[in-house]
Amino acid sequence: MTNSLLQSDARTKKRNAAEARFRAYGFSAICVAMFALVILLTSVLLNGVSSFQQTFVTLPIELVEERVDKQGNRDRAEMAKTTTIGYAPLLRDAFVAEIESLGIETELGARDLADMISKEAAATVRNRVLADPTLVGQTIEFDLLASGRIDAYFKGDVTMESAALDGNTSPEALMVAQALADAGIMETKFNWGFFTRPDASVQRPEAAGLGVAILGSIYMMLVVLFLALPIGVASSIYLEEFAPKNRITDIIEVNISNLAAVPSIVYGILGLAIFINFMEFNQSSPLVGGLVLTLMTLPTIIISTRAALKSVPPSIRDAALGVGASKMQSVFHHVLPLAAPGILTGTIIGLAQALGETAPLLLIGMVAFVREYPAAYTPEAGLFGEASTALPVQVFNWTQRSDPAFVERASGAIITLLVFLLIMNAVAIYLRRRFERRW
Amino acid sequence: MSIMKLTATTAAIALTASTSFARDNVQIAGSSTVLPYASIVAEIFGENFDYPTPVVESGGSSAGLKRFCEGVGANTIDIANASRPIRESEIAVCADAGVTDIIEVRIGYDGIVFASDINGNSFEFTPVDWYKAIANEHFIDGALVANTFETWDQVNPDFPAQPIQAFIPGTKHGTREVFEEKVILAGCEDGGFFQAMLDAGVDEDTAEQKCMAIRTDGRSVDIDGDYTETLARIEADTNGIGVFGLSFYENNTDRLQVATMSGVVPTTESIAAGDYPVSRPLYFYIKAAHIDVIPGLKDFAEFFVSDDIAGPDGPLAEYGLVSDPELLDVQETVSGEIVMGSGS
Repeated sequence: MTNSLLQSDARTKKRNAAEARFRAYGFSAICVAMFALVILLTSVLLNGVSSFQQTFVTLPIELVEERVDKQGNRDRAEMAKTTTIGYAPLLRDAFVAEIESLGIETELGARDLADMISKEAAATVRNRVLADPTLVGQTIEFDLLASGRIDAYFKGDVTMESAALDGNTSPEALMVAQALADAGIMETKFNWGFFTRPDASVQRPEAAGLGVAILGSIYMMLVVLFLALPIGVASSIYLEEFAPKNRITDIIEVNISNLAAVPSIVYGILGLAIFINFMEFNQSSPLVGGLVLTLMTLPTIIISTRAALKSVPPSIRDAALGVGASKMQSVFHHVLPLAAPGILTGTIIGLAQALGETAPLLLIGMVAFVREYPAAYTPEAGLFGEASTALPVQVFNWTQRSDPAFVERASGAIITLLVFLLIMNAVAIYLRRRFERRW
Repeated sequence: MSIMKLTATTAAIALTASTSFARDNVQIAGSSTVLPYASIVAEIFGENFDYPTPVVESGGSSAGLKRFCEGVGANTIDIANASRPIRESEIAVCADAGVTDIIEVRIGYDGIVFASDINGNSFEFTPVDWYKAIANEHFIDGALVANTFETWDQVNPDFPAQPIQAFIPGTKHGTREVFEEKVILAGCEDGGFFQAMLDAGVDEDTAEQKCMAIRTDGRSVDIDGDYTETLARIEADTNGIGVFGLSFYENNTDRLQVATMSGVVPTTESIAAGDYPVSRPLYFYIKAAHIDVIPGLKDFAEFFVSDDIAGPDGPLAEYGLVSDPELLDVQETVSGEIVMGSGS
């Protein structure tokens, strides 16, 4: 029996087949993962992209003195007594007049027509008048939000059929909207307000934005960065370079690894007990949120920093010590700069993880309806002490609202969050590529 | 290491500065049913008054009242929203923590409706139908037997042969309590099952318990999330019939059709008139000790119950709240800061 190398025998065939099978498994695993990702992203994008567009109505409004400033002396405090409820008729009359002047015929009454403009619009007009009382008596052109249903019509989410069944709009209203759009009065354009406006109640989904949430997330990330980075790096340097290797450091090491795997909600419970109930920090504040997320991120940062320190070859330390550097000098002059890219990467990944975290924030009151932009510092509330929400929390909030327009907003918020995460991870990869050294 | 020193100092400043725990905004937490109403009022309050917009959290009636009763001070909430009255036990917990003066404010009524997919069959229910369809056991000929009904026509011959699939609020919701009491127990009593049990020598408490036990074989599913989840379940299974708040249904009329209950269509009018049987009052509770400490707290409460807001033509009614016919009394309670148990 001769064995030719050109002719594979049974065992070789079996081995080759096993390898081919393994490759196929791996390939199909990747396919499944990619498929899931594509489904997820398409559904989010399909639902959410429209939230970056918004329908506006351009309307000249006569700011009638008897309505806006009853006393007639342009005193801001007196004018503030006219509430947005008092401004609503101004908008209604202006809108009805505009429709008549354009010759659009409709069977709708003034009240139904007024419902086509967002309830937020009255506040827009009132704020502008209070900011500049000289406008009273003039006719000013305003760019106002159209109501959620009208906006959804231009985005294709509301159709004539669904409007016929809908208690909040009607096919007639959509026809008027179409006529206004044809006349150039109603326009769907890019919606900067989605990133700058605060949240809005269920009655005005068109006005809801991510302003407060983005600000809250930024504050929390600052707290995490300024606390977790120094604490994490200091403890890893100590553990890695200075601490004696004994039982106690072993126990600490095991505990840090365990902490990294603790469910994040546990940190929320801890935060509620320590920071709010015991230390009496403000509820819903980015400070407490940041502290909780710091606790959550610390293990991640410590583990990655230690790995980065370990990867610096001992010869560097030995060389530094050999020319007479002290232990501290060898660490800070040589080891730390070489480990910096790894530390930064770990920190950014930790921050990205913290940015997307919702569960611990549930317990410290950040899942809330907040409309005031939180100030970074106020004498009363302290640093980062004012109530705010965060991006992932806003997603959670919006998915629970009854008005269907919030579905689009929630997906838009997810896209925004994903973009932030993508940027952070891209920075981490760039830093690693740019500064990493291999030995 | 100046950077390290700097960060350490900033951290220290942050911690010490924040311990001066004053707060200039009103904080509210509680029922997810009251949340939309509270956020509507908070929004209008914020844009018209010089006070900051109140912060409104959700979490459920019980969770809200628990936080309300944690004590007095700026790190506790000022107002608890509830879709049920506060319990005696909760008042006791409050008192232990020093929260003794509580103002109870009833903001109006909320209807609980039964709705199904817009393209499906229409239903005209009575409480008895619901009892028969989703009770765990039926009392037949002197014994409790497991509920074997599979389709609605077995419950009531007038109904179509559609499989029974109910999505009802989970036990953490205040709505569940109302549903059990005003629909299931009422159906049990109306249908004579309750009386039959008493006649057979079952004591009253057990009979009530047996009446309100819901079947667990999957024909009735508890929804612990919000109404949006119930809606998603109905869209996935068009045979499903869900329990919703009236306001949720009114904002989704293009996807849901509502069933009548005992011949009455649920609307704000029929609930206000008392014709529609399944409704419950909604409340919020104010910590009286906070009224002069937290700026805007009393103004917010007065604004909430004012005719412009909570009246029959206000934005709350427009969203689906049934305005309180005794709103004037409620307004007096708030303006006079009349606390619970003060005899009035």
